[in-house]
Amino acid sequence: MFSPEIRQAFQQQLAEMQAQGIFKEERVICAPQDADIEAEFPIGSERRKVINMCANNYLGLSSHPEVVGAAHRGLDVRGYGMSSVRFICGTQDIHKELERKLTEFLGTEDTILFPSCMDANAGVFEAVLNEQDVMIADRLVHASIVDGMRLAKAQQDTYKHSDMAHLESKLKLHQDKRIRMIITDGAFSMDGDLARLDVIVELAEKYNAMVFIDDSHATGFIGKTGRGTHEHFGVVGKIDIITTTLGKALGGASGGCVSGRREIVEMCRQRARPYLFSNTVAPVVVSGAVAVLDLISKTTERRDKLERNTRWWREHLTEAGFIIKPGETPIVPVMLFNAKLSQDFARDLYEEGVYAVGFFFPVVPKGQARIRTQLSAAHELHHLEKALDAFVKVGKKYDVLHKTKQEIIAMYGE
Amino acid sequence: MSQLKDLILNYVKNEYLEADDDREIAYDTPLISSGIVDSFSMVSLKVFLENTYNISIPDAKATPEAFDSVNNIVELLKEFGVHE
Repeated sequence: MFSPEIRQAFQQQLAEMQAQGIFKEERVICAPQDADIEAEFPIGSERRKVINMCANNYLGLSSHPEVVGAAHRGLDVRGYGMSSVRFICGTQDIHKELERKLTEFLGTEDTILFPSCMDANAGVFEAVLNEQDVMIADRLVHASIVDGMRLAKAQQDTYKHSDMAHLESKLKLHQDKRIRMIITDGAFSMDGDLARLDVIVELAEKYNAMVFIDDSHATGFIGKTGRGTHEHFGVVGKIDIITTTLGKALGGASGGCVSGRREIVEMCRQRARPYLFSNTVAPVVVSGAVAVLDLISKTTERRDKLERNTRWWREHLTEAGFIIKPGETPIVPVMLFNAKLSQDFARDLYEEGVYAVGFFFPVVPKGQARIRTQLSAAHELHHLEKALDAFVKVGKKYDVLHKTKQEIIAMYGE
Repeated sequence: MSQLKDLILNYVKNEYLEADDDREIAYDTPLISSGIVDSFSMVSLKVFLENTYNISIPDAKATPEAFDSVNNIVELLKEFGVHE
């Protein structure tokens, strides 16, 4: 039973989170996902029209008419739900079609769908590795990879973020293992930088290691034709395991996958617990995702527009005097260093009609608080101009423009 | 001066500090609670201790508290028969 004492204990824990400023509140969006949205924050307050600068809607396909239309048709011809896991009676022709199309798009040997990329990451390591193996991960990998690694029996080790010499030393250290698996995000979600896959693949060949990447923040737009980080670095076909999501650029609904070596994918079909014990991806989502892949395989128009938007935004923020994390991805962190400043800044941006979120410890390291902005192909120039005006106005208010990191820290603390 | 403590201290500096990080770390500097080592990368330290001293530290013993300073780690090692 839920005794008054137990209730009180939970209330106490929640109150502590609030006191520490790590209590998360949902913002309610009262519109389809897009560049312009109507939001209610806090819940119950007056709705406001704001420009969305924090969605993973990189290609602007979340509410695209062709995708919505395909989802409608999928609903009509394959129904709403399957009421089954994949291997009992939950696999339709469209699930196989989507897996085939993902394989083709990513340039791999085979693909298996999961309910989410979180599930793909939670299942893949345990399914393919055993205690004779070692997983060597970049220290900034996504939380879902950390959880997946914890579920596996293989040994764990880590290397400093993108430090290739450190990775090499770990590969040398673990030469006695059956399998060495290098594990990294393709594009890192908090800093927006890319893993150095050209060097990683070279090291993997030198020290006989497998390579795993989570390309959730890259699939659909990084690389000349949007195949992902492996295309960007010219190593298509050399990545053994790619996990990615349908929940970001590829329509943004839900679902994820493990794509890569045929035998690895088959091992997941036999042994990955989130695949075996959760429901199949809904037909409506699968139909939408098939349409997305058709759309972005035909033309690179949307990823090209995203690239132009990214360049404009990075250049203009820098020119205005903000410190941004350098890079080329549409994840553009505006550095403010101080946690409270990042929260105040985000609140003021919202008042100015721009919706972006401040991140601080423990989501990012201490003293590295920031506003993470994300570009979309749904953004038009007028959105970006208005968002920039808001950033400059709020930046002036807090006097952080054309200041060094040390100067900002001197004013607000770490 | 302690040889054992210095060995661990050097490992922590090389393993966790970036080249431009000039933070001073002493025997009693908090490692986990200060954010120098997070719970995920702590595993490297565990692997190092196990390999160096040919011991096996069960997960139940490898707590953030037990790894929170060089002093704490030395205390933990005593349980496995590793002394200065």
